[in-house]
Parts: sequence; C-alpha cells; structure tokens
Amino acid sequence: METILHCENLTKIFISGLIRTKPIVAVKNVTLDMKKGEIIALVGQSGSGKTTVAKMILRLIKPTSGQIIFNGKNALSYDKREYYRRIQAIVQDPYSAYNPFYKVDRVLEEVFNLYENNPSPDERKKIIHSTLERIGINPEEILGRYPHQLSGGQLQRLLIARPLIINSELVVADEATSMLDASTRAGILNLLLSLKENERISVLFITHDIAQAQYISDRVLMMQNGEVIEQGPSDRVFIHPSNPYTKELFDSVPQLRKKWKF
Amino acid sequence: MISKTIHLLEIKDLRGYYRGIFGVVRAVDGVSLTADCGEVVGIVGESGCGKSTLAQLCSGSPSPLLHYESGKILVNGVDIYKIDPEVFRTEVKCQIMSYIPQASMDSLNPVKRVRDFIMDVMIERTGQKLSKSEVFKTAGDHLEKLGLDRGVLDRYPHELSGGMKQRVVIGISTLFHPKLLTIDEPTSALDVTTQKLVIKSLVNLKKAGIIESLLFISHDITVLGQLCDRCAVMYGGKIVEVDTMDDTLNNPLHPYTQALISSVVSYDPEKMVKGGLKSIPGAPPDLRDPPPACRFHPRCEYAMDICQTKEPPLEAVKDGSEVACWLY
Repeated sequence: METILHCENLTKIFISGLIRTKPIVAVKNVTLDMKKGEIIALVGQSGSGKTTVAKMILRLIKPTSGQIIFNGKNALSYDKREYYRRIQAIVQDPYSAYNPFYKVDRVLEEVFNLYENNPSPDERKKIIHSTLERIGINPEEILGRYPHQLSGGQLQRLLIARPLIINSELVVADEATSMLDASTRAGILNLLLSLKENERISVLFITHDIAQAQYISDRVLMMQNGEVIEQGPSDRVFIHPSNPYTKELFDSVPQLRKKWKF
Repeated sequence: MISKTIHLLEIKDLRGYYRGIFGVVRAVDGVSLTADCGEVVGIVGESGCGKSTLAQLCSGSPSPLLHYESGKILVNGVDIYKIDPEVFRTEVKCQIMSYIPQASMDSLNPVKRVRDFIMDVMIERTGQKLSKSEVFKTAGDHLEKLGLDRGVLDRYPHELSGGMKQRVVIGISTLFHPKLLTIDEPTSALDVTTQKLVIKSLVNLKKAGIIESLLFISHDITVLGQLCDRCAVMYGGKIVEVDTMDDTLNNPLHPYTQALISSVVSYDPEKMVKGGLKSIPGAPPDLRDPPPACRFHPRCEYAMDICQTKEPPLEAVKDGSEVACWLY
C-alpha cells in the first residue's frame, strides 16, 4: 500500500517563560508512517503532545525540526489551498467550529473555494446533497438551519461531510468524539470506519480514550510526554502491550463488565 | 422504636424546573429514588437528561434559575425543603449530607493554601475558634486516607494536579463525616489513571466508614460499573430504570438502557472488537416541550400506541428491578 503521510523525527519546542528562557519540548522525535485507507490512533493522556502533532501535520504550527512528507512531497512545499483540499480536520467542539450567524450550509459550501476552478452553484448543491445522503443524513433536515438548531452529533457529521465533498485523502480527527454522548459517539465512530471502508480515506484519530482507539484503529501510537513510547498494529498493542506505561494505562481503563479490585 | 426503616435518602416524586426567559425547562420531572446506608447509587444518563439537576436539588441549594417545584427529599427522614434553612445549613449540610458539584476542583481559592481553606471551612461550619495545630492534624490524617500526602496542606491549588485537587475537594467535603455524599461527574476532566485513583479514594472513604453512602453521578456507565451497587438510568428528566449495577449492565430492561449499553465503547484487553456499536437514532428530547407520555417513544424501536398516550409508571417488575416501560 502506498504511504500517504510520513513524519520524520518531528520535534516541536515551545519557548516560554518571562524572558523566553524556558523551553518546553512538546513533541520529540515523532516518526509516523501512514498508509492510504488506514486509521491510525494517536493515544495519550493530556499534555502528551497529541494535538501538537496534529497541528504540525495541518500546518498550523511549524515544526522546530523534522519533516512531514505528504504524498511524496514535503508538506510545506504544497500550495496552501491544495494542501487543505487533501487534508481536512475535524475538531473536538462542533459548536465552536461553526459561525453562529451563518447557516450551516456555508461550512459545506466554503470548501469549494479550495478548488482552483469552482463548480457552479447548482453543481455544488448537487454534490452536497449526494454526499450528505451517502453518509446517512437527510439534507432536507439539515440544510438551511443554523448551528444552534442542530445537535452536536449532527454538526459533527456535517464536518465529516466536508472532506468527502472535496475528496480529501486524509482526515485529522482531533478528539472528534470527546464532547459527544455515548449514543451519538457510536454513530460518528461507525461513520469514520465507513469512510475508511468505502472511500479509502485515511484517518488520524487523536484521542485520550483507549476504548475508542481500540474500536476504530488499525494501528496505534502511544504517546507520553511528547514521545512515542509504543506503536504497532492495534490487535497487538491493545492485547499485548509491551511498554510498562502502556500497561499501566490500560489497567486503569474501566471495562464495561469487569470490576476493579480495590 | 420506629418499625418502618428510614432510608438515608428518599426522593419522592421530585420536580425541579428551570424558569427563565427561555421558558420552563422540566429538567427533573417526577423522580423517585432511594438510597440506603452503605449503598453506592449511580445515576447515569446523557447530557441534558437532568442528572446534575437532580443532584443540585438533592444538595438543597439549587442554582438561581432552578426552582424546586414539588415532591420530597427526605434525608434521614427529614424533608430538607421543609426545615428551617439555618438548621439545614448548620446541622444537615456537611454533617449528614455533602454535595460536590461538577468541576468543583476549580473552586479552591487560588490565593489560599489548602490548609487555610480548610481552616476557613472548619470555622464557618463549627462556629467555634479552633486551634490551628489540631485542625491541621485532623485534616492531614483525613487527606492521608484519600491517598494524599500531608504536604498537600501547605500547597497552593495551582501546585496540585487535577486528580489531587479533586481529592482535596472530596476531602474537604467529607471533613465532618457526612453519611451521604453526592458527587457529580468527579472524573470527567481527568485522565484514566487519575480517574482510577479518585474512584479508589472514594471507595476507601466508604470502607473507612467516613461516608456511608454515595450518590455518584456520571455520564459514563463503565465508570459507574466499577463502584456502584445500584444504578438509576435517567432519560429526559425521568428515571427510566433502577436496578442493581450488574443487572443494568448484563440484563438491561428498558429499551433506552439497552440502546445506551449497546452504544458504549468499552476497552477489552482480550480481544479486538470491530463494529457492533449501535447509535440511538434521533436526538434527546427538548425538555422545554418534552414528548407526551413516555419520553423515549419517538426514538424507541418497540414503541406501541400506549407509549404515546399514557405515561409508564416506574414499577417493580422482578426482585429489585424497577422499570418505567409498557413492555413489562
């Protein structure tokens, strides 16, 4: 399978402190390889540098050192519009991703601006409608509404529709399901899985929830303090973790039908 | 002697509505629940189902927009909305029941050391002048039972991690050994390892006899499963099912509980689970204008005609299980 994304020794050091003297190593030598149509879970506790990795991949911050190769080319050498057409992000809080003054349609129509030659309004409408139907949303129910009229799950689904409309290749989902309730979360996870199955879209799924990572991922990277401490196929890492920290972490995860011993 | 056993906490047909310019939100609408001594009762539900509102009402001091409408909350046989507020404040709060609201770990005073904060609480609650050394000694002993170091007393809140702050807050609210502790989402903002520590310390508190019963509110049924004896499932401002924790997980009766459990992602260290999760179609009800009769009927796959016209009462169906559904 072809590699879609390759990160080589990605490092990010933030400088803080009163006179900019205190370096904080947020991400240290992260190397990751992502194949087309693969879901990789980036798992770690808060402050482990997961989101910083995502931000670097999305070109929102520049890495201090290291390279991001996307489809064989350095990510920084892409034209911004083309890059964001091929990589899309889904964020944690669907409510803050929308402008409350505009109808939700705008979020879907805006993505067409990433194309060099814009399709005509009629074509846009057709594409939006067919995409929404493909992911199981009734366009009549959603289009023309304002963000506050929709539930968190519906808004999050619309954000997932964006990469589909423009045929993106990679979706970076940063805690995309953390704010949702269990019953809606299951729907979003299944939708992401179907993206992979049906559209061969790769997903970088960033989460602190081990259960979700196990459910969705093909491969997993465990992060601690900015470093990747364990990585491998999910069926190996989740069943036979080798790193002591990973083991401890997995032991603390509450399981549905097994009680902890106190 | 009183022959009838008195429940530690007895909630009878409780109603609490939010009233504001947005209209009336029936957040808690006819809830009945009991908790006995030595019991850990969990309340689970999705956001907007009224579980935090229920906890606030149980605390006796609901937030300004929330109005206690009707019903009873009996703590040790005393109706907390009937007795003199001053008696309630000095004799019931903290002494018999204690309430830890959501996100309370950020409620520590940032410019005070933990020990000074505890001193303030002690003076305010007892109304006496207490010797510092004595208070610090008891407080230190108390925090040690929660798995914290005595040195925490000398720290400022910003020097503590989230899990430590949460345990300090739990420590402060159990200083007077309340019989009942109501705790609202104590672990939602914590990492899994700290979550386990906090839950462990709660269980230890109960084992040490500092608290007798616990009312634990969470949206995460996997967490509840770790420590609860009994579990109440809330939906749309009502309790739909009360059962032992094991039965709720393994043999849920109400269609909503069944759907909720089949939508929970759970970690399994033995085998990989792929697929099989089901989401519940539709959205939770708007409690300003809830659906008539059974509030789950628009999303229920077993909905019958009666579900739209008559509200199912919460009734015992077999030993210990109570369910509000026309199927049973």
